[in-house]
Amino acid sequence: MLRRDTLRYLATGSMTLIFGILKPISVLAKWNKAAFSSVDLDEAIAAYFPDQVIKKSEQINIGVHSVVENGAVVPVKVKTDLPKIESITIFVEKNPNPLIASFNLSNGCVGFISTRIKMQNSSDIIAVVKSDGLLFNSRKFVEVHEGGCG
Amino acid sequence: MESSIRLQTKIRGRVTTVRAIIRHPMETGFRIDSETTEFIPSHYINEIIIRHNGNVVMTCDWSRAISKNPYLSFMFEGATVGDKVELSWTDNRNNVDSTETQIK
Repeated sequence: MLRRDTLRYLATGSMTLIFGILKPISVLAKWNKAAFSSVDLDEAIAAYFPDQVIKKSEQINIGVHSVVENGAVVPVKVKTDLPKIESITIFVEKNPNPLIASFNLSNGCVGFISTRIKMQNSSDIIAVVKSDGLLFNSRKFVEVHEGGCG
Repeated sequence: MESSIRLQTKIRGRVTTVRAIIRHPMETGFRIDSETTEFIPSHYINEIIIRHNGNVVMTCDWSRAISKNPYLSFMFEGATVGDKVELSWTDNRNNVDSTETQIK
């Protein structure tokens, strides 16, 4: 019995390994699982932007209501007039996983994105913008009356 | 089957605005099914690619904290009327969908 179980575990294990390797490379290479699973803001930022300095910037505008009734749908706009925008990344400090979304913009893009996110608690929203190879951030506090993650 | 994606573009001068709404549950995995009292497994879009005439203009890496039936908007330059814009998504169960529209 023991031997059969061991064999079965070995077989399942190697199947997982094979399918793991065969996953589309684009998905594996880009989607940063460590950063998305981090439960702490600083850890998530460090995992997503390893060994990089982030400076505060006045040129990033986070467009969001300061008081939100329903945390399940929080409209968020990020606008920036920093030059050569490469990406805009949104974090919510008090969410179970602070990294919410990253938007990678090509050369022709305007420094703007708009989406709707979930917030579990009242929290700071942090936008990190990569501009001409450098990182900048801005914060805005949002009061949430009813959490939207559960 | 009807596409899960509603994709709209609007060109004004040099700037094209892209707006999309995608039908998707965006389950976090934190919600409990009131009938079975078990967690509803996570199910969410984690990657989006938008192409303009075949070239990638924007990609998104998303977590489960994007709201149900996600909304996305951004703007880019360099397009003209008649150009094609395509959006494709992949979720954490490797489901995919895509749609294409022409800039009018």
